[in-house]
Amino acid sequence: MSVEFLIEHSPALAIALPLVAAFAAPLFGKLGSFLRNLWVLLMLAFTELVVLLMGQDVLANGARVYALGASVPSLTSPFGFPIRIVLVADAMSALFAVTAVSIALLAFIYSWKYMSDKGGVDKFYTLLLLLTAAMAGLCLTGDFFTLFVFLEVSSIASAGLVAYNRSGKSLEAAFKYTVVSAVGALFLLFGVGILYGKYHLLNMAAIAAEMAISSSFLDVAALSMLASALLLKSGAFPVHMWKPDAYQQAPVNVTIMLVTTALLSLYVLFRICFTIFVPVMGSTLGWLAVVLGAASIFVGVTMALPQKNLRRLIGYAAVAEVGYILMGVGTSMVSISRMDGFAVQALSGGVFHMINDVLDMSLIFLVAGGILYVTKKQDITELSGLGHRSGFLTVMFAIALLAISGMPPMNGFASKLLIYESVYFLNPMLAIIGIAGSMMMLALFVKIFASVFLGAPYRGIVAPLPLSMAFVMCVLAFFIIVFGLFPNVALDLIVTPAVQALLGKAAYIGGVI
Amino acid sequence: MISIHFVAVALLISLGIYAVVFRRNLIKIVMGISVIGSGVNLFLVSLGYREGGIAPIFTNAPQTAMVLPVPQALTLTSIVIGLAVTALMLSFTIMLYGHWKSLDTRKRRLLE
Repeated sequence: MSVEFLIEHSPALAIALPLVAAFAAPLFGKLGSFLRNLWVLLMLAFTELVVLLMGQDVLANGARVYALGASVPSLTSPFGFPIRIVLVADAMSALFAVTAVSIALLAFIYSWKYMSDKGGVDKFYTLLLLLTAAMAGLCLTGDFFTLFVFLEVSSIASAGLVAYNRSGKSLEAAFKYTVVSAVGALFLLFGVGILYGKYHLLNMAAIAAEMAISSSFLDVAALSMLASALLLKSGAFPVHMWKPDAYQQAPVNVTIMLVTTALLSLYVLFRICFTIFVPVMGSTLGWLAVVLGAASIFVGVTMALPQKNLRRLIGYAAVAEVGYILMGVGTSMVSISRMDGFAVQALSGGVFHMINDVLDMSLIFLVAGGILYVTKKQDITELSGLGHRSGFLTVMFAIALLAISGMPPMNGFASKLLIYESVYFLNPMLAIIGIAGSMMMLALFVKIFASVFLGAPYRGIVAPLPLSMAFVMCVLAFFIIVFGLFPNVALDLIVTPAVQALLGKAAYIGGVI
Repeated sequence: MISIHFVAVALLISLGIYAVVFRRNLIKIVMGISVIGSGVNLFLVSLGYREGGIAPIFTNAPQTAMVLPVPQALTLTSIVIGLAVTALMLSFTIMLYGHWKSLDTRKRRLLE
């Protein structure tokens, strides 16, 4: 199996490998837990290698198209009609595929020890890998119906994972999550139906090409259906209530996958807005995103203040972080319709903040999981003086705290600054809301830091932190610091090509059809 | 011209949303989601319906109009996914009943 073969088939392999691994994991589980873990680790590492090769190839040679079932993978339109299921890897989708698979790999390494004393781990890994396959599919899909299927697969797999503990609370969180995501997915299917009724097409690029010629009220109706469905899944302001519940009740290694899934639904929203619906988008959707973003920041931060449970508190902070992304990208949407030239900066801020948000949120949730693992407690009022007993967790929490509240020299500062700068031109009040939200978040997390890590030494039992868990936190902290110290490198290397791909509508259409 | 299918689609989807939003019984919420799913499926099938069309099978087909095959394939997939979601939610409901001894969401709120 040569490298060329891997690169040529990389979009299909990125989905197929986790899928094969998922359903083989229980079989390996019959042979013993070590063998099963080794199998999952090898398959996830192999998937990671494939998506990294894909990303490097896409950056060097441009977008790659893969038609499933074709004799030649690039043959997307047999008889001149785009009917096949198409996977598209451009700089944007490859960036998010790499992010999703990397987080899945890190979540697995973390769970090696974290899950070792729990039951039903075979099925847990099956669902985890299924979620990985669905996330890779969401990034790479090039047609609407496959998008719906992968969205549903990700909802079902994550609902199963949220309910993993099978306590009353986790079941309630899983039920809420399923209701929200099932209704959202049906809205999405309805929107896809409207588009199919008008164009008789499901291929995203083909619809984009048609819509550039003629757009009508039906397109606006379809866009509002799709956007509401994807905003439901991302957990922005009006429907944020499932988010703290699910993030609190799921095992932390699942929580970081849920964070990534929520951001991937935002990625899908931005992809369809900027690539397909530009002719009908206008500035309304952009303003809606900006206002929902500001509301999410406000609600997330204020609801986080009274929380006692560490993971629930971070769940509300995650609602606020989604608000920043919506603010940045919404500014870019308004700016495109006004042609006033700061669309690229705003969009760079939004996309960069998506990557940073995955890193920051993952690190802080994993630290919270580490605290739970070593002390068996997660109520803030029961913990104090942990800094004397576990210096490593203290340092990691401090890094995550600075990154989430957007303080230099961490990565959150770089992307939030881009968002503030561009949203300021839209309306200075919005920038003030954003900065005030960040400051309140800093105050909040410093309070947590003081009450959990400082004070008289912790007296309870502190189990040693396993090496695998510490390793995962180190990797995340490394990227947080590198992206914070050299934001220009990260912007030039990965974010700018992704933003160009997102805005390069003509190139996307030309590449696929 | 508004045909009767689309009226039925609108009715089914609004009924389903009403059930999900206003009903307090977990099974009724699951039923609501299932009804929304039926509405969407009906929408997809009626998009592809052609007056007097035959089933889209090309072998020995007479030269008349056929209904569109793609929406039917979509509907079939969506029905299967809907079944999986309904089964998952009902199993959550069974387990929640074990914890609460009630299906009323107002009786017990564990998370706040």
